[in-house]
Amino acid sequence: MKITWTLTKMRILLAVRNRAFFFFSMVMPMIFLFGAVVLFGRGAQGWVGYILGAILTMTVMGSFWGLSVQLVTFREQGILRRFRLAPVGAGPMLSSSILSNYVLAIPTVVIEMIVCRFAFHMTSWGNLWAIFLLVTFGSAAFSSFGLIVASVTNTMQETQMINNLIWTGFLFLSGATVPLAVFPGWIQRFALFMPATYLATGLEAATTNLAGPSEVFIDVVALALGLLVSFEISRQLFRWEAETKVPARAKLWVLAALVPFLAFGAYANATGTQLMRIQREFKTLQSGSANRMMPRGALPQQ
Amino acid sequence: MTEPVIQVENLQKSYGAVEALRGVSFAVEQGEVFGLLGPNGAGKTTTVEILEGMRPPDRGVARVCGLEPDSHSERFKERIGAVLQSTALPDKIRVREAIELFANFYPNPADTGDLLRRFQLEEKKNAFYRHLSGGQKQRLALAIALVNRPEVVFMDEPTAGLDPQVRREIYDIIEELKREKKTILLTTHYIEEAERLCDRVAIVDHGRVIAMGTPRELKQRSAGTTRIEVRLARPAADGTLGRLESVASSREFDGSYVLHSTHAPRTIVALVKQLEAESNELQSLEMFSPSLEDVFIELTGRRLRE
Repeated sequence: MKITWTLTKMRILLAVRNRAFFFFSMVMPMIFLFGAVVLFGRGAQGWVGYILGAILTMTVMGSFWGLSVQLVTFREQGILRRFRLAPVGAGPMLSSSILSNYVLAIPTVVIEMIVCRFAFHMTSWGNLWAIFLLVTFGSAAFSSFGLIVASVTNTMQETQMINNLIWTGFLFLSGATVPLAVFPGWIQRFALFMPATYLATGLEAATTNLAGPSEVFIDVVALALGLLVSFEISRQLFRWEAETKVPARAKLWVLAALVPFLAFGAYANATGTQLMRIQREFKTLQSGSANRMMPRGALPQQ
Repeated sequence: MTEPVIQVENLQKSYGAVEALRGVSFAVEQGEVFGLLGPNGAGKTTTVEILEGMRPPDRGVARVCGLEPDSHSERFKERIGAVLQSTALPDKIRVREAIELFANFYPNPADTGDLLRRFQLEEKKNAFYRHLSGGQKQRLALAIALVNRPEVVFMDEPTAGLDPQVRREIYDIIEELKREKKTILLTTHYIEEAERLCDRVAIVDHGRVIAMGTPRELKQRSAGTTRIEVRLARPAADGTLGRLESVASSREFDGSYVLHSTHAPRTIVALVKQLEAESNELQSLEMFSPSLEDVFIELTGRRLRE
């Protein structure tokens, strides 16, 4: 545990010294937040809560990129070789990625919520317990997915390419950008097999309709199981040396990380509860009775 | 009789079709500085990396401090220190932070301040790694290698690529460790390094140990001979230089001739006469007392740096 914490502190320190990290983890989500509120939230009651849920989702999913990319850089530069000679195992090295991602995501999450509450007059904080659980397990799960990508790719270029592909799917088919309820039914059903959907719809429910932990239970469990499976896979596939290439068949392990989501997707499709919640929330949002916020001076005339 | 600190028996390792090690054997005693001397690709790094637990051998036995090298074993890692041939630290880690980071991995680490002083890094303690010179980076690598007070230190080409001044600074540090009776396994292709620092040397070529002993013992193979290196205006006629008076052996390397002579003055006189007879000219002539390089040339017919 001491080693994990030591590595976590080091990785947080290195991240905050990195201007690119500051830009992508702090500045960019704020740009998205302000842009989205100005474009979609102005004059539309209740949409700020939804936008907050979407922006929180993007912030948390950012863990997918974060320090997993740093890990690949460390491997390419021969930094991991040095750690290998010390009593540091793959477990602490990977856990420190997850922990530091989480610690680094918290300030952004808090600032985003404060901005929405006070600058954009969101009428409530949303359900903080549900948000906490989803942010915690979401950050850890998406960090683990990133670690799998880092483990199975041989170069930074390859990592960036695969990350981009997955990230785009997560972003546009999960409800993190376009509300899932506006998509055709088959896309909604397909989206239930994606981990990002559980994070996005869970957070949007917690920020828009104040859904509590019991209402986002399935989302939290799906992310927690995804985390456990992905962490173990990335631990098994972890490589210290750039010259140790991953055999092509090992890349199939990535599919194993999807097993919990295939199971949850099948379950959610069979019961239909998840889709009903998504539809219900969207209707609430349209009716304007959700967690309301408006930019100051743009309050609707009652 | 105590067990050697490092024991290597018939170590073999292949990378695909390339045989990197073809049965390397040696033993290193407590407090000894043992050198693996050989050209690039001889198998030195593979040997050291097997001993550090970073790669498994295909066949053979490797033991360090009575333990089988294992990159998963904390007990093993706590007893060794290592300076890798190619390694790095994060660009934006400070010198002090790097030492403290690694110190945190061990139960009984050396004091960071002491290491900074000892390796003359005090002034640079707040500098980022990326701002360090090659020599400072290497001193930091040495400090980190010693942070756990190891019983055995592996140094893979610790001075490769460093300028002569920095190289001498590293030699001083290694000599200090030698005085502290640390067991050190050092790989190098610098003759000077092996002769100055090592108690014993194994000369490695093509994955095999081709000679082993103290530098003095090894040089006695060439005892009584002087190395004469000559450069001529035109190539000498085949074999003529080898037949000169008192010449024990002669070889040509890149247009210069290396003669091993048992009586240098006589050889030089004979050489001048021969050149006059061939209407050839002497461009340069240098004489050297025997070194490990001569032993290597005698054994392989090649120079170490080829």
